[in-house]
Amino acid sequence: MTRYLLRRLAFLVVSLALASIVLFVLLRLLPGDPANALTSVGADPEQIAAARHAIGSDKPLPEQFTHWLGQLASGDLGTSFVSSLPVGPEVASRLNVTVPLTLIAFTLAVLIAVPAGFVAAHKRHTWYGALLSGVSQLGIAVPVFWLGMILIAVFALNAGWLPAGGFPQDGWSEPAEAIRSLVLPVLTIALVMSASLIRYVRSATLDVLGSDHLRTARALGSSFGQAMWRHGLRNASVPVISVLGIELASTLLGAVVVESVYALPGLGSMLATGIAQHDYPVVQGVLFVSTLAVLLIGFAADLVQRIIDPRLRGRLSGGAR
Amino acid sequence: MSIKKTSLYATATATTLALTLTACGGSGNSASGGHYDKNATVEIGSLYEPQNLDNTAGGGQGVTEALNGNVYEGLFKLTDDGKTEKLLAQDYKVSDDGLTYTFTLRDGVTFHSGKKLTSEDVKYSLEKVIADDSQSARKANLEVIKSIATPDARTVKVTLSQKSISFVYNLSYVWITNSQAKNLKTTEDGTGPYRLDKWTRGSALSMTRYAGYWGKAAANAKAVFHYYKDATALNNALATGAVDVVTGEQSPDALDQFKNNQNYKVNDGDSTTKLLLAFNDKAKPFTDVRVRQAVSAAIDDKKLLESVWGGYGKLIGSMVPPTDPWYEDLTKVNAYDPARAKKLLAEAGYGKGFDFTLDTPNYDPHPTAATFIKSQLAKVGITVKINTITPDEWYTKVYKNHDFTATLQEHVNDRDLVWYGNPDFYWGYDNKQVTRWVQQAEEAATTAEQTELLKKVGRKTAEDAASDWLYLYPQIVVANSKLSGYPVNGLNSQFFAYDIKKKS
Repeated sequence: MTRYLLRRLAFLVVSLALASIVLFVLLRLLPGDPANALTSVGADPEQIAAARHAIGSDKPLPEQFTHWLGQLASGDLGTSFVSSLPVGPEVASRLNVTVPLTLIAFTLAVLIAVPAGFVAAHKRHTWYGALLSGVSQLGIAVPVFWLGMILIAVFALNAGWLPAGGFPQDGWSEPAEAIRSLVLPVLTIALVMSASLIRYVRSATLDVLGSDHLRTARALGSSFGQAMWRHGLRNASVPVISVLGIELASTLLGAVVVESVYALPGLGSMLATGIAQHDYPVVQGVLFVSTLAVLLIGFAADLVQRIIDPRLRGRLSGGAR
Repeated sequence: MSIKKTSLYATATATTLALTLTACGGSGNSASGGHYDKNATVEIGSLYEPQNLDNTAGGGQGVTEALNGNVYEGLFKLTDDGKTEKLLAQDYKVSDDGLTYTFTLRDGVTFHSGKKLTSEDVKYSLEKVIADDSQSARKANLEVIKSIATPDARTVKVTLSQKSISFVYNLSYVWITNSQAKNLKTTEDGTGPYRLDKWTRGSALSMTRYAGYWGKAAANAKAVFHYYKDATALNNALATGAVDVVTGEQSPDALDQFKNNQNYKVNDGDSTTKLLLAFNDKAKPFTDVRVRQAVSAAIDDKKLLESVWGGYGKLIGSMVPPTDPWYEDLTKVNAYDPARAKKLLAEAGYGKGFDFTLDTPNYDPHPTAATFIKSQLAKVGITVKINTITPDEWYTKVYKNHDFTATLQEHVNDRDLVWYGNPDFYWGYDNKQVTRWVQQAEEAATTAEQTELLKKVGRKTAEDAASDWLYLYPQIVVANSKLSGYPVNGLNSQFFAYDIKKKS
């Protein structure tokens, strides 16, 4: 296990390093000049040159890259071209919105999807089993922003129970307000996410239901519940967990849509603004942190799978390779 | 200069999905009395978050909206109806040759840090605008400043290299900043009726009444600008009472829900934003006046305005919006007349029509306008190829390299007719007489003389169809009916919050 952990960690560091090179280079390949975003449209060449010099984009690329890496190594994400504010603290304040939003929505989605998916598989011949499958199919087709707009129309504009968007300026120091403003966004993500999760849980359950070992367990005298609990759940959860990891990562990255619909100051909206303004340090900082998060989530999902499924342990860390 | 830098993210696709929403009705409708809450917080909704807090360092349109007049003040101010008034300047004198301006500063003005305003601060602030690294949009206009002297603490003497009748007007753009202030991109030290409370990036900027203000105190205790990336989210915030007023609606889609509701007031003000079909007057076939006139006459501007803005906005016949002093109605010049367009084309030798590429910025309303223009010009035999480009590409290809035949662009500022006097400007209009008039106007002795000359410029450029001015945008401010005293024209993106009264 230690060897596995070390290898996995090395993989993480290498991926992160590669990702940082790729995102640095890709960003520079984009058309447009960050100095343009800083200057007014009528700026003369001297004004543009001065802006370039001020943000350091007149330096050669390798120098800019090593400068950025040096900063990263000391835990500094750099300073925004546009606002002159350090990127790190702003990313942190945005994470205060995006992380609770994603995690709560994710938990809720799992709580909805696991029982619903199980029922949809186990009771697939009943009317409600079929209904659950149908609803989840429909749910996958619903665009996030559309669902957001419907929820806003019903719960904010008509009923007036919840805010239509925004986040308190003082953030979590106004906990009641902060929670109120996250209810609809969380619901939006959770509903859409659970729709696709239900399908995975359903098909994983179906696989297990039709498997030989479950039949054997039943033949040996276990009740359906016992057999499911001791043999089915574990087997069914392995593929579901790898999907969960991917879903969580894509929700984190895809939060930009929900953040835009609900005017939330999260990481996604920071990235969108940064891209529009060619604010390289901001874009790099957000993408670096997101990459790190995605890699960590993948790592965690992997780890959980190995704990659940001893076969994986044997195959990868037993020194067989 | 004057072209709007619309951020791509400001208009999300979500807005095109027209959901009919019923606004909540029947909440407290207290129409009685002129009483208002002196300690109210005014919640303002806007799509333009500042990029940073310094208007000489690329703060953008948002910083002007939030801080101009509210947190920072100039020697002069541009009022909501387009007049230039004295603000931190108590008085000023102009020498007979028009080259020396002597300003007397108002007494008893203090910065938010507590320091007293002196002539040194004015000198510092002016020099900041014309400094080498300045990103101020007014840098070019103010480079006529030759020297600045400060004979005493309340007197500033500015000498110009040439006469500039717009000098005082241009000074309304210059924030007077404490010369010792630091970190102006993230903090402030101005003299305005509010001091900055807190700026939460991506969310809101709040300001509170400054107790030591030299003039009339703000009519509310606190003003908060809430920033949205999406017009629908902004309108929802207004409909649910999260904001009291929206600084400018960007489409007519959502207006019905407010228009038919007595809890809101929809104000149709005068903007200075013009949508232009800008020809490259140095590129064939638009070198020929008759071709430009023909294209202008072939497009039904009224129908276009109707389709983009419903019943809002105005037609214009030149670059001059109604709030500029030299405005006159020129809509009759090169008005919609397809028969005349065909005749002009035949005279110019294009009886069988021609093809051209229209460089179209990829955000609203440009794509809509381009499609409309394409169908209109097809009727007179002209084939339009629409080439969609990003704002960045526009800036490089069209604005810097003049590598285009025709383009669409919105020009937001007031008094920007004078660009037709510059033959090196992107649209390449080159008329020696017009250039001379513009120069003479700037060096005029009186505003009456300036106005007369610029009227000539307006008329001449309209007759020459230097560009086709499609329409003037409306400036629509929607507010809760509890509010009064808010600006409705929002000239140059300003939004003065200090006169806003809110009933409790």
